[in-house]
Amino acid sequence: MSQAASSPAASKPAALEMRGVTKRFPGVVANDHIDLDVRRGEIHALLGENGAGKTTLMNILYGLVTPDEGEILLGGKTVTIASPADAISQGISMVHQHFMLVPVLTVAENILLGEEPMANAVIMDRKAAHTRIRELGRFFGTEIDPDLRVASLSVGWQQRVEILKALYRNADILVLDEPTAVLTPQETKEIFTVLRRLTAEGTSIIFISHKLYEVLEIADRITVIRRGKVVGSRIPSETDEDDLAELMVGREVQLTVDRGESHPAAVTLSVSGLTVSDDRGHEVVHGLDFEVKAGEVFGIAGVAGNGQDELVEALAGLRRPASGTVQLAGRSITGASPRRLHNLRVGFVPADRHRYGLVLVFPLTDNSVLTSYYRAPYSRGLVRDADAILRHAEQVINDFDVRTPSPLVHASTLSGGNQQKLIVGREFFGDLRLLVLDQPTRGLDVGSIEFIHRQVIAKRDAGTAVLLISAELDEVLELSDRIGVMYRGRLVAVMDGRSATREEVGLLMATGGREGPPPIIAEGAA
Amino acid sequence: MDFILHVPVIGLLLQFIGYLLSVMATNGSLIITLSTPIALGALCGFMNERSGVVNIGIEGMMLFAAFVGWYVAALVNGGAPSNPGPMGITLPLLVGLLAAIAAGVAVSALHAWLSISVRANQIISGTIINIEALAITGYLNLLISQNPIPSAGNFQSFVVPHAAASVPILGWLLTTFLAHGPITLTMLVLVIVLQVLLFRSRWGLRTRAVGEHPRAAETLGIDVIRLRYRNVLLGGVLAGLGGAWFTLEYIGTFQGGMTGGRGYIALAALIFGRWTPIGAFGAALVFGIADTLGQAVSFNPPTGDLGAVLSGVPEQVFSALPYLVTIIVLAGVVGRSIPPAADGQPYEREAKAT
Repeated sequence: MSQAASSPAASKPAALEMRGVTKRFPGVVANDHIDLDVRRGEIHALLGENGAGKTTLMNILYGLVTPDEGEILLGGKTVTIASPADAISQGISMVHQHFMLVPVLTVAENILLGEEPMANAVIMDRKAAHTRIRELGRFFGTEIDPDLRVASLSVGWQQRVEILKALYRNADILVLDEPTAVLTPQETKEIFTVLRRLTAEGTSIIFISHKLYEVLEIADRITVIRRGKVVGSRIPSETDEDDLAELMVGREVQLTVDRGESHPAAVTLSVSGLTVSDDRGHEVVHGLDFEVKAGEVFGIAGVAGNGQDELVEALAGLRRPASGTVQLAGRSITGASPRRLHNLRVGFVPADRHRYGLVLVFPLTDNSVLTSYYRAPYSRGLVRDADAILRHAEQVINDFDVRTPSPLVHASTLSGGNQQKLIVGREFFGDLRLLVLDQPTRGLDVGSIEFIHRQVIAKRDAGTAVLLISAELDEVLELSDRIGVMYRGRLVAVMDGRSATREEVGLLMATGGREGPPPIIAEGAA
Repeated sequence: MDFILHVPVIGLLLQFIGYLLSVMATNGSLIITLSTPIALGALCGFMNERSGVVNIGIEGMMLFAAFVGWYVAALVNGGAPSNPGPMGITLPLLVGLLAAIAAGVAVSALHAWLSISVRANQIISGTIINIEALAITGYLNLLISQNPIPSAGNFQSFVVPHAAASVPILGWLLTTFLAHGPITLTMLVLVIVLQVLLFRSRWGLRTRAVGEHPRAAETLGIDVIRLRYRNVLLGGVLAGLGGAWFTLEYIGTFQGGMTGGRGYIALAALIFGRWTPIGAFGAALVFGIADTLGQAVSFNPPTGDLGAVLSGVPEQVFSALPYLVTIIVLAGVVGRSIPPAADGQPYEREAKAT
C-alpha cells in the first residue's frame, strides 16, 4: 500500500527543499547541514529520537528559530522565513507537539486567530467564519460546533482543531510534530485518513514521529535524523522497524523487552471503592476496585485526563481520597503520607519529573536521597552524613546508568532521560513491596526507555507489585501482565496483558466500551 | 409592620438597608462620579492584564497624571480666566487633560519597558511606580506651593434640561448617567466600547489570546511583544484620564497623595469584575456606593434608631468604607475569579534548544 502511494509522488516536483540547514545552540549543534526535500502531495516522515533535531528543523521552517546557515526553497525559489507570519503567508502551517490552542477561547476563535475575517475595519465577521469552519469540517466527516470552548473538547478533537487551523490557512505544506502522541489508535487512524485526503488534494505533509510502525504505515518517504544529522532515507516498502530503529539510535536496539512469565504471588495492593475528587471538588475517580499481586505488573491504560492523575495522587499520598480504602499487604494505607508510604517500602515515580520528582537546583547527591535523607545512614541526629549520601548517589548513578560528569552537578544540567533514570534509581532502590509508576518514560529516547523497561521487569521478577499508569498504550502493552482500561474515572475492563491487542485496548480507551463514535466533549468539561 | 424596625439587631439592619436604598436612589449621580477613577483605573488594569502584563502601578500612574494635568492646566491658564464653553471646558483644561494623558502614557511606557522588554518582575515595577509617583508629586507640589499659581478650575457637569429632568423615571436616569463632566461621560462610553471590542473585534480576540497563551498566538503570526506594548500604552491613556478626573473634574486642585488608594481599589474592581470592562464598572459602582454612603452619613444622616447608633460611630469609619468593602469583596472573590493564564509572565520570543 505504501509503495503504491509513493510511486506517483516520486515523479512529482519538489514542494520544499531545505539545503545545508545548520543551527548551533550553546554547546550543541542541533542541526548540522541538513538537506531535506519534500515533494508535492507526499507524506514525508521525519524520524529521530528526542533531541535529534527534528523539532529545531521544523521551527526553522516555521520561522520560530533563525538558522545559522543554509537555505529554504519553496517551489524552487529561495525564500526567507523570519517569523511564523512569513511561514503562514508562504503556505506553511504547523501542528506543534504541544497543543497551541487557547483553552478559554472557542473553536472558531482559535481557528481564526491571526487571520480574522472582518465585517468592517474593527469588528470580526463571525458568520463568515462559522460557515467556513463548518465547511472545512467535511475533512473529518463530522461537523464541529464552532462555539464550543476548546477546553471542553476531548484530546482527539483538540488535535482536529489544530489541523483545522492549518486547513483554514490553505496550507500547501503542513508540518505535524508528533501528532499522534496523545491519540488512541482509532483517533490516529482517523487522522491518517484525513492526511491522505489532504495529500490527494496536493498538500505536502511533513510527519514527525518516533513511533516506527506509524511512520511505516503513513509515510511515502522517511528521513532519519540522529544528533542533528541526516543519517539515512528510506521508502517504507524497503525497510522495517528494526532497520529504522538502528538508524535512529545508531546501534542495534531491542525494541521489546524480553520478559519471562510472571509469577504472581499474594495480593499486595488492594484498592476498593476508591473515589477521588479533583481540585475543583468534582469527583473524577468513581469507586475503583482493583488488586495488584506481588510479582506482577498491572497496567492502567487510558487517554490522559480520565482520572489517572487523581488516582495516582491518591495512591501516592498527595491527595486524600473522598471515600474507599487502599490496603498494602492487608493493612490500610488510605490517605497515608508519602513518608509513611516510603517507610512501608512503596516506590513512586511521578509523571512530572520537574515538579515532583526532582529539585532541579539541588545536586544529584541530594536528589538521590530526597525520600530518605532524614534517616540513617544519610542522617545522624540533626546532621547529614555527606559521605554516606555521596556513596549512595554514586551507587544510583552507577547502577542506573545516569550519564553525568559528577554527582555534584545540579539535576537541571542532566538530559530528560538521565533525570528520569536518577529518579527511577532512587525509587527502585532496595527491596520494595509496591512500585507506582506514572508515565515512567514520557518524552524519553529509545535507549532510556529500553533501560527503564528492563528495570521494571527486573523489579517485577524480584517480587515487587508494580502498578503502571500510562497514556502510552505501547508501553502498557509491552510491560503489563494484566491491563485495566480507565475511562471517565472508571475501570471499564481488565484483561490479560499478553493476549490484549492494540486495537482492542484502544477502542476501550476511546469509547469506554460503548457503541457509537467517541464523544467530542471531554469528561468534567463544559 | 413598623414594630419590626424596633426589634434590636434585625430592626437596625432593616433600617440600614432602607437608608442605603434611599442614598442610592437620591445620589445616583454622585455614585457614578465617585466610581469614575476606580472604573478608569480598572480599565487601565484591564488593558494590561488581558494581554498578560500585571499592573499594580495604576495608583501611581493616576497620581502622576493628576499632578501633571493640574500643573500644566494652571501654567497654560496663567492666571487669566478663559471663557468657559459647555461643561466648563476651557483651553487650559483641555491642554491639561492632554498632558495628564501624556503623563499616564509616559509612566506606562516605563512599566511596559520594564515588564515586557527587560522582563523585570512586574510587581516590583508597579511598586516602584507607586512609590516614586507619591514622592515626586509630593515634592514638586511642595516646591510649587511656595510660589502658588492659581488653578485653572475644573470641568463642570452637564446640566440636564429641566424639562427632561422632571419626567418621572427618565429624568432620574438622565441625571444619573448624564449629569457629569466630560471625563466621567468618556468613562461610561469607554466601558461599553471596550466591552464590545473585547469580544467582537480582532484586537479583542488577539488580546485575549496573548493574555492566555502567547506562544500559541505567536505561532499564528501575532506579534506578542508589540501587542503588549500597545495595550499597556493605551492603558496609560486610561490611567491618565483617571488621574485627570481628580484635578480637572472632581476638584480643581492638587493635593499630595490625593488618589487615596483608588488605584488599588481599581485592581480589586478588576478582579471582582472578572477582567471584563462591564464587570469592572459594576464593581467600581459597588465601591462608589460605599464611598457615597460614607459621605451621605455626614450630610444627610439617617434618623431614628439607626441615626442614634451611627452618630456614636467615629467619622473615620465611614471614610474607611470603600477600603473595608475592598477587603470583604476580595476575601469573598479572590480564588474564584480566574485571571488570564499568562498574566504577569514575561514573554520570551526565541525558542530554546531542547
